[in-house]
Amino acid sequence: MANLKTVSKKSKAQSMGMHTEVLTGRTQQKFFNPDEAENFYYFGTYDVDFNKRTELDVKDMTAPEANKEIDNLMSQGYGTIVIKNPQGKHSLGVGILNKLNLIFEGSLGYFGMGSCDGPIVRINGRVGWSCAENLMAGKVVIEKNAGSCFGAAIRGGDLICKGSVGARTGIDMKGGTIIIGGDAGAFTGFMMQRGRIIILGDVGINLGDSMYDGTIFVGGEIGSYGSDAVDSELTSSDQDWLKRKLKVAEIGENFDVSKMKKIVAGKKLWNYDNLEPTEKKGAI
Amino acid sequence: MCGIAGLIHRGKSSNVGSELQGMLQALKHRGEDSTGYALYGDTDGKNFIMRFKVGENVGEGSSSVMEDVSVYDERKKIVDETLAEMGAKVIKEERTLPYSLRYEIDYETKDLLDFSQKIESIPGVEILSMGKSLEVIKDLGNAKMVCDRYSLDKVVGTHAIGHARMATESGVDIKSAHPFWGYPFSDVSVVHNGQLTNYWNNRRVLENKGMRFMSECDSELIAVYIAEKMRHGATLEEGMKESLTGLDGVFTYFVATKDSLGMAKDTMAAKPLVLYESDNLVAMGSEEIAIRSVLPQEIDTYDPFDGEVKVWQI
Repeated sequence: MANLKTVSKKSKAQSMGMHTEVLTGRTQQKFFNPDEAENFYYFGTYDVDFNKRTELDVKDMTAPEANKEIDNLMSQGYGTIVIKNPQGKHSLGVGILNKLNLIFEGSLGYFGMGSCDGPIVRINGRVGWSCAENLMAGKVVIEKNAGSCFGAAIRGGDLICKGSVGARTGIDMKGGTIIIGGDAGAFTGFMMQRGRIIILGDVGINLGDSMYDGTIFVGGEIGSYGSDAVDSELTSSDQDWLKRKLKVAEIGENFDVSKMKKIVAGKKLWNYDNLEPTEKKGAI
Repeated sequence: MCGIAGLIHRGKSSNVGSELQGMLQALKHRGEDSTGYALYGDTDGKNFIMRFKVGENVGEGSSSVMEDVSVYDERKKIVDETLAEMGAKVIKEERTLPYSLRYEIDYETKDLLDFSQKIESIPGVEILSMGKSLEVIKDLGNAKMVCDRYSLDKVVGTHAIGHARMATESGVDIKSAHPFWGYPFSDVSVVHNGQLTNYWNNRRVLENKGMRFMSECDSELIAVYIAEKMRHGATLEEGMKESLTGLDGVFTYFVATKDSLGMAKDTMAAKPLVLYESDNLVAMGSEEIAIRSVLPQEIDTYDPFDGEVKVWQI
């Protein structure tokens, strides 16, 4: 073991094995043979035509009935579907693994657009808790406010709320981008592992608490920093990326990104080393 | 899980019984072990309305027992005698169910503590609410069942709060159902969604100060906590703000008084609340679908942030 009393703090951690773990697991394995690419498809996906448009009134439907009907319309080739009267129902639009233009004329309840991969969605109202949880790819735009756990555990895609969002936005996110036009609640970015969060307004207490990795950009005031969340330098490439992202998101067009704060993980939490608790005390 | 809902009409009255029934029924998937209403009806404000029970409706896990109607009759008789001894004149009495009663009482007092202690010293008797506008009605079943059982759909008033309960830390019975009366304050009621982790510590302190607990439901602590603060001169809003640090755990709760309605959310924002606010109406609930039952049109709603306290007047 390294001599902890003589090495600097940074090299102390490195010499004890921190930051050197070799990645293993499913993501490092080769799953597909390139020769079989043509046979690769998602189960339950359809060829749709974006110019083929229809409307669906879900006022008197349950969420399963509405979701089944969306699936049925996609199977008929409809690539643009307008949902009327969602009226705050829960779990609408979940599990869509297709390219699709989906427009909600109204508000969604909890778990709206959960576990989706690919659709472009515009919600002309508000969304409840856990909107777009586990989003893999695509774009979801909310015109008004959103509830807590917005974008929980997303892995990709763009999730945009033009209003304010509740607590624990981006909790456990593993990729993708979340953009908030207004304010965000407490514990934003809690335990996030990858991805980026942009908040143009203020953010509540414990920002980025226990984040593993990823980046949070804040335009307004920060209530407080969470454990292991630290400031980082906002580079010119960060600013370029922010401008491009805000432009694509149709939000904060004239926002001065040069004044934004950049928050990242300090990476000093226990999960970044392979030490015993007593050894860890000496290293941090 | 539990669901809570509330609404306040500003500057007018409405059919709050029916409206709250719709809101709570929309939340029935959050729990339908019991449902409770705190309705602030239009009255002339002269007499007290006392809702009380002389027995229990017993469900799963309750420590109470079902009793014979003759026992209820005997307790009612003792209540009547006690009221007469205190100089309280019963103007009107209704017995909706064998164990559930509603009295309109002509009684001159500002301090209901002594009054309540005497009534509740009768074994098996609990005052559900006492006030000149407030009526707390709670029983087992979902919102529609309780509304039908007590004919609440025609109650007209300015504001109301209610609760759909999924019993977790205490049994299924009326004594553990919400709303809780802010004993011994006239017209104060509380509903809560969440769990309080310093219940016993706070309870011991408050009991030493002379406050009373009727159940072992942690939510009752909020009513007693706020009531104790108000007893020492705090306003409703001040008491609610103190509760953010005085109460430990996760919670969203509503408190209503004769002319106001307030909400508080814990500093972790762990429990949901959706809020709609306009010049004429404030409606809020654990889920947006509760608000949609009274406002089906497209509206702007939002989630209050962590540690937020708001109070509205009628």
